[in-house]
Amino acid sequence: MKSSVIVFPGSNCDRDIKVALEKMQFKNQMIWHKETKLPKSDLIVLPGGFSYGDYLRSGAIAGKSLIIDEVIKAANDGCLVLGICNGFQILTETGLLKGTLLRNKNLKFINKDVQIRVMNNESKFLNKYKKDQVLKINIAHNEGNFFTSKNHLEELKKENLIAFKYCDEKANITEGSNPNGSLENIAGIYNSKKNILGMMPHPERMIDKVISNTDGVNLFSSLLN
Amino acid sequence: MKFSITVTLKKDVLDPQGKVVQNTLINLGLNLKNIRQGKYFEIEIDEKDQAEAENNVNEMCKKLLVNLIIEDYKINKL
Repeated sequence: MKSSVIVFPGSNCDRDIKVALEKMQFKNQMIWHKETKLPKSDLIVLPGGFSYGDYLRSGAIAGKSLIIDEVIKAANDGCLVLGICNGFQILTETGLLKGTLLRNKNLKFINKDVQIRVMNNESKFLNKYKKDQVLKINIAHNEGNFFTSKNHLEELKKENLIAFKYCDEKANITEGSNPNGSLENIAGIYNSKKNILGMMPHPERMIDKVISNTDGVNLFSSLLN
Repeated sequence: MKFSITVTLKKDVLDPQGKVVQNTLINLGLNLKNIRQGKYFEIEIDEKDQAEAENNVNEMCKKLLVNLIIEDYKINKL
């Protein structure tokens, strides 16, 4: 499977995702944001980090960069697109995903391992997980507070497009387990065709027992499935 | 031609920064009812026709400066 990771000035999880993809046997290429052509890819990843120093709004400037037109075209043609953390913010700024990520409710940068529950595993991204499975995955963000319009929230629920919700260790979705104030504890969403996934947690940080755990591995093996 | 743009969070969007500023002002003994924090831009355009210039500024707001899901904006000619 061929993957392309888009690199912006200020991306800082681009190497992590590269290591994860290559460990899982993806044929990966790193693509600088000034490129105007995207190599043929089965998966495009927008990595985490602080593209353009979060100037204006997180992801706003990266969302208008040269390569993004190609990403939008590929996404509309059905290519798989994964946005992690800043990548999720960029996806909302391009309009590929609806909604937005506001500043964390407690105004603090949060870097910790949290529990998330797999809400809908029927996708190219999550088919190796079980529905309602609880994963322990790292989050590291200042703007992860998911917000969207009432209509979009209804659409997300009706069409089952919520991929992950923050939860406690027993899979209960509670206010106490919501780290950043996200609407209804939402941690990740799909677009209506489910070829795009945006998520705040970092699965690429959870692929090695030595440094964390392996709860992120199945996201990559799902894609290869 | 010069314009100013004020961008504020929509009424139903939580503004935690505004809340902290508000609480601090209250702690300083200052009397206020509510604060909403926002952003401010000044834009200079090489254009003589005001309607055309305003259209340009409007487009800048919609395309980049403002996230219409959570923000409102006001344009003023300076």
